[in-house]
Amino acid sequence: MTSSRSFVSRIVVPLLLSLCATTAMAQVTISNPWVRGTVGGMKATGAFMQIASRADTRLVGAASPAAKVVEVHEMAMVDNVMRMRAIAAIPVPAGRTVELKPGGYHVMLIDLVRPLEPGASVPITLTFEGKDGKRETVQVKAEVRPLTAGAGAGGPAPAAHGAAHQHGR
Amino acid sequence: MDDRRRYLPSAHRRTLLSGAGGTLALAALGTGCVLLAGCDSRPSPVFHSIDVTGATFGQGFDLTDFNGDRRTLADYKGKVVALFFGFTQCPDACPTALAKLAEVSKGLGADAARLQVVFITVDPERDTAELLRNYVPAFHPAFTGLRGSPEQIAAVAKAYKAYYSKVAGKTPESYTIDHSTFTYLYDPEGRLRLMARHEITVAQLAADVRQLMRG
Repeated sequence: MTSSRSFVSRIVVPLLLSLCATTAMAQVTISNPWVRGTVGGMKATGAFMQIASRADTRLVGAASPAAKVVEVHEMAMVDNVMRMRAIAAIPVPAGRTVELKPGGYHVMLIDLVRPLEPGASVPITLTFEGKDGKRETVQVKAEVRPLTAGAGAGGPAPAAHGAAHQHGR
Repeated sequence: MDDRRRYLPSAHRRTLLSGAGGTLALAALGTGCVLLAGCDSRPSPVFHSIDVTGATFGQGFDLTDFNGDRRTLADYKGKVVALFFGFTQCPDACPTALAKLAEVSKGLGADAARLQVVFITVDPERDTAELLRNYVPAFHPAFTGLRGSPEQIAAVAKAYKAYYSKVAGKTPESYTIDHSTFTYLYDPEGRLRLMARHEITVAQLAADVRQLMRG
């Protein structure tokens, strides 16, 4: 009995407590994080994932030991021109899943330390800021997919943005 | 023909506005002709890409491939050429376009030898020959990558009405490049025929390539 009680008090109780703590803290859930693999000489690539949060929050920053500079980017196709910009934040409204995917948002890994081989995983720390200004960091391990990934299901939605075009030229 | 050239943007707008419905209707018409076999005259081809037949821009290039060999459009006579301007540090649009072309090539089977994909870098400073040699064939071993001096690249882009512009990053090395994302398609005679938008699907692009191969 003694051993069983000590098991409960030493292992199970702390475990339960830590689970509770995790649940209370974890406003943000990241699914399917992946990074586009690179070949020798490539210095940058993009990371993609789905982000959901129980409360309104914003992705305001990212860091990774795999790259010297990490930025939050938005890609937009404007008049058939691909435009990519660093943005201050990606809003994640409560209860909605925000997708970082080819054709939209991504986390840009710049000045890679070494090429990213498919099958490896890349640790990325994401920083979120809630409405109250409190910051939360989430660690993910992004799977490295082949350079050629993303043409199929992960590709851009066909002609979903036609109405946004203004042809002034 | 002059009018068509001059009004390319509005033709483009029309294509966008008519959307999938129009394309489907046209495709259905085409299929109907084939099924009924009752069309006396050959139906004029219906493409998913923008038809720029007769265009005076995009008439060719004179650049260097990643093996150091000089390449011009004439080298690929007899093949459908799919030409794309991009850069290797592009996380999104360029790999998507090249991966799509690789799938088109795969779907062509034995006819894949009659398609030549050409990637022209708009970032010759960072895209060295070695990097292009690592990057482009990763999508398909038969794809080629071309580069030139910044001046040569600027001249080729101008000749193709292709747009690109450097956007400064946090460090001098971390700039990105805005660029137009059309894939230029040539028929086996070396005539510029089509411009495919980035949103084109693999199936649509494959259909256009096959149609150009048929002549």
